[in-house]
Amino acid sequence: MEQKILDIHDLKREFVMGDQTVRALKGITFDIKAGEFVTIMGSSGSGKTTLLNILGCLDKPTEGSYLLDGVDVKSLNRDELAGLRNTKIGFVFQAYNLLPRTSALENVELPLFYNKTITAEERKERAIKSLESVKLAERFDHTPSQLSGGQQQRVAIARALVNHPVMILADEATGNLDTRTSYEIMALMQELNAEGKTIVFVTHEPDIAAFSTRTIMLRDGKIQKDSINQNQRSAKEALANLPESDDY
Amino acid sequence: MSIINLLKIAFRALKRNKLRAFLTMLGIIIGVAAVIAMMAIGEGSKQSIRSSLSGMGSNMITIMPQSNEPGGVRLQGSSIQTLKLEDITAIKKLQSKNINGLSPVVSTNGQAIKGGYNWPTTITGVSPDYLNIRQLKLQDGILFSENDVKSFAKVCLLGKTVIDNLFPDGSNPIGQIIRFKNIPFQVIGVLVPKGQSNFGQDQDDIILAPYTTVQKRITATNYLQSIYASATTEASSAAATTEISEAIRESHRLTTAETDDFQVRTQAELISTISSTSSMLTVLLTAIAGISLFIGGIGIMNIMYVSVTERTREIGLRMSIGARGQDVLMQFLIEAILISITGGIIGVVLGVSSAYLISYFLNWPILIAESSIIISFVVCAITGVFFGYYPAKKASNLDPIDALRYE
Repeated sequence: MEQKILDIHDLKREFVMGDQTVRALKGITFDIKAGEFVTIMGSSGSGKTTLLNILGCLDKPTEGSYLLDGVDVKSLNRDELAGLRNTKIGFVFQAYNLLPRTSALENVELPLFYNKTITAEERKERAIKSLESVKLAERFDHTPSQLSGGQQQRVAIARALVNHPVMILADEATGNLDTRTSYEIMALMQELNAEGKTIVFVTHEPDIAAFSTRTIMLRDGKIQKDSINQNQRSAKEALANLPESDDY
Repeated sequence: MSIINLLKIAFRALKRNKLRAFLTMLGIIIGVAAVIAMMAIGEGSKQSIRSSLSGMGSNMITIMPQSNEPGGVRLQGSSIQTLKLEDITAIKKLQSKNINGLSPVVSTNGQAIKGGYNWPTTITGVSPDYLNIRQLKLQDGILFSENDVKSFAKVCLLGKTVIDNLFPDGSNPIGQIIRFKNIPFQVIGVLVPKGQSNFGQDQDDIILAPYTTVQKRITATNYLQSIYASATTEASSAAATTEISEAIRESHRLTTAETDDFQVRTQAELISTISSTSSMLTVLLTAIAGISLFIGGIGIMNIMYVSVTERTREIGLRMSIGARGQDVLMQFLIEAILISITGGIIGVVLGVSSAYLISYFLNWPILIAESSIIISFVVCAITGVFFGYYPAKKASNLDPIDALRYE
């Protein structure tokens, strides 16, 4: 029996706006096992972002249960949620969200600053290792402005990996990148997945979803379709098939 | 997050906006520099008043005769003849630890003559203690002794003004004979010049002789114009005053119903009167400086709010990767404190150096009290915490979801 990283049961989230209640999530049930590469898709207004916030422990469900790696998120307070985000989740954002004028290495080290159990040497060692795993070891002293978009996103992925999370949570991580770079990032994601990392990737691009092993479609706050991807596309092959240069 | 890392982050944040950080600090810098310079000048002038007053005599106590008749014609102190040598004996009998010098004063005006030169001056009959009480020093020669006092010896000490006028040729006055009211005195010592007193009196226009000699040979009186005493320390001068009053009342046989027929004045009273004026000035200057420090603090608060708003996304990111509210609070608080303390250090340096510049170019007396540096430094740190807290609290209360998507 594979370990369940995420266990979501009848999850609901409602927002009170003035005198009316907006039901963003209307009862969602699914689980994700270790080693899966899941894309969550849906048009805007489908509740995708709300679900992402809850999965990332940035928000709490109104009703229903959410167990992350066996921990019931609903019962935690603000600080405990912060601790959970620090140790269990690696975020990758659409806009990279790197600290400006700060070296790649220090950006990657950042989550470990908030983990008191890690010493300074260990922090640096793990950050370098993490940068090596995204093939950026030689650029650890570059600041974000000296890096390309794809490189910045790889730094962000290194940052997400550095605290050995149980899950990488990517929010439109390829949204700001061109096709080639997107494929490069997806190839990296697939590589990490092959090494056993659980990845949850929120996107609205179907061709990105094709690289995952499973796709959950959201619509109007409910799951419309939850399907295993029978023929997962290899990002590496897709990259090789791209024309050498299509600029001219 | 450790304090060193927080400091590193704060330092980097300030480095990113060097000019802005400096301008923010400027308020604190000017405030602290002003506080220190103002206090240095205020304390310096207080100190200089104090030292010039005590130059007239350290912890000096003056006992003057005074009429205790409530009605009738009030007489001038010098014409009242209530102070006697018995009073001196009575005070001496106390053997008080609070009193370390005592001298009667008998003086009279007259013409001093030496050869073809003469000079109108005052001869003052005193005991050898007088020199210590009035902080007079011998430049040359010797002081008359208790034996000279006992034997009515015709010896005297001269001040510079008298010497200049009786010995204009610059010859050595020691050993020479001068005449005062036709009584010959041998000059045995010369006093170190003191210059003008605070009130414009020439302090060198004096002849000092044993009081017995003056009483017996010149004035032919048995009363004293005044008695000078000195307290052991400034603190003991109040106790000494009380003891002296009681001793004189007893020797004058005054009943409790009668008021004093003399008055006792201390140097300390005079000092406190004069220095209270300059204290007021110091308080005023310091208050003004304090206000500028306060305004500096508001500047910090303002810029911290700007900084929090500017870095909303950074705050969101930090929170999403595990920073707790407290971590964010500390980060911004430390940044505010770093601004105020750095400003404080620069301000201290600037304040101290401007105080020295003032004393160098304007010749104003200054006194930099360590307390003023410590106080302004502590105030700076408090300013940083106080004005940095609200912006930092605002940052720590941000919702990470909103902060991450903030444009």
